[in-house]
Amino acid sequence: MPETTERTGRHVRGLDALELQPGRAGDENGPARVAARVWSATWPKLAAITLLLVAWQALAWSGWRSEYVFPGPDRVLPTLLAEVTGPEFWTAVQVTVRRALTGFALALAVGVLIGLAVTRSRALRSAIGSLVTGLQTMPSIVWFPFAMLLYGITESAIMFVIVLGAAPSIATGLTSGIDHVSPSLLRAGRTMGLRGLQHYTLLIVPAALPMFVSGLKQGWAFAWRSLMAGELLVIINQQNSIGWALSQARQLNDAERLLSYVIVVLLIGVLVDVFFNWADRALRRRWGLTQD
Amino acid sequence: MTTVTETPVGVGAVRVDDMSKVFGSGGSAVTAIDGMSMHVDRGDLLAVVGASGCGKSTLLSLVAGLEEPTTGTVDTGGHKIAMMFQEAALFPWLTVSSNIEIPMRVNRVPRAERRRRVTGLLDLVHLRGMAGKRPHELSGGMRQRVALARALAQDADVLLMDEPFGALDAMTRDILHDELERIWRERNLTIVFVTHNVREAVRLGGRVVLLSSRPGRVIEEFPVEGERPRRIDSGGIAEQAASITDRLREEVSRHA
Repeated sequence: MPETTERTGRHVRGLDALELQPGRAGDENGPARVAARVWSATWPKLAAITLLLVAWQALAWSGWRSEYVFPGPDRVLPTLLAEVTGPEFWTAVQVTVRRALTGFALALAVGVLIGLAVTRSRALRSAIGSLVTGLQTMPSIVWFPFAMLLYGITESAIMFVIVLGAAPSIATGLTSGIDHVSPSLLRAGRTMGLRGLQHYTLLIVPAALPMFVSGLKQGWAFAWRSLMAGELLVIINQQNSIGWALSQARQLNDAERLLSYVIVVLLIGVLVDVFFNWADRALRRRWGLTQD
Repeated sequence: MTTVTETPVGVGAVRVDDMSKVFGSGGSAVTAIDGMSMHVDRGDLLAVVGASGCGKSTLLSLVAGLEEPTTGTVDTGGHKIAMMFQEAALFPWLTVSSNIEIPMRVNRVPRAERRRRVTGLLDLVHLRGMAGKRPHELSGGMRQRVALARALAQDADVLLMDEPFGALDAMTRDILHDELERIWRERNLTIVFVTHNVREAVRLGGRVVLLSSRPGRVIEEFPVEGERPRRIDSGGIAEQAASITDRLREEVSRHA
């Protein structure tokens, strides 16, 4: 009996060793490998940016528009550099980023509440489910006149529009995440006696997380757009912000400053996108949803 | 010196009495199980076979208490029951050891105790080195062994298995039969093993219960002969399996 046990034990271990993927570890994390990976991810981006700058410069020099209206990167980039080193720029970025974060946090709270409510109640789902999807496709700028009537020229008006723009995506991400928890996992949870709060903390929340993060990413995109529209439309007591700097630059016909702020808006968007993509990929890898 | 057997013969673990299960009502009602009776003694390894529509999975859900019978009774005598399915259904975001810990977290077992028992269970299923891996890094057979360890972590003494090795290749399945038999003995478990593979049923079962289809009823019960561990490719198994298969085919052709 013990020798049979020992023999099957050896069979099991042998089969396991054969079935596991041959180890790629070791050669994966050498510094040379990491450098090569970083380079292969970076050079196409650098090439694209260079190409874009060259094309832009060529267009500016071609005389298509006067240099005062359409300056090339040779004039915009130094302006951007000068702006970035000045204190005014940073207060503007600070105000805008603070608004973005506050608005996004509000949208997150509202979106999570609506999303949870919709998954809990069938009546509520049929009542407001399609409304939420409808709101999601609606250009949020449409809400600004109404928001300004409601709240006047205040930050609350901007927040109102950000929440209306971003909350539906966040709610949809959460509900579809919860709806798509695999039935076999739910059954396994039930047979293990998971219920109440533990049913959520140990099963539903982690299972829904990847889709929720996709919803967050989309919600952020809507929030950021709403905020930029809001800062251009709702200018509060001359308060410095990226939107205010943009409209100032336009009023002063300062195309160089205007374009450098456009670049800043783009950069912030790219930065946040990189963050969300990283979170998304890390989650998917950990959840075993992607190879590599 | 007297030896006290740990499992006195005839002590019931599961008793199913004249049980029926009807899904839906009125014209669209479907009878999944009709007047089924069976008993499982403590320490039994009972194999249940049947063709499609024999209500195998419904039977297990009823025994596990996940569903209520329409008529008749299921008595599990207060035994704790764990289940295993064809899919391992491990939580993909957790490591192997965290997966095994879940039932203990449900039962509020303290952390140190959980760690200790996880190590023991990993040893039991020969997965000691895999504690930190995630389910998608494992093979199908390894995942089923983790699922088995997770089921054992529920402190159950009755294990219901719904075609647990159905999706595995033949070699892995053979080895898991040996493993399951060993663990059944070591842990003194009571197992109800549902399968559509008659040879598998004869390889593992102390008895094989054959079910009819649509609705599910017990047609016949076959005692299995042969010393354990049996080999699935031995002549004795093939012979017994053949006679059960004949009976099963007879039943299936009734539906033609």
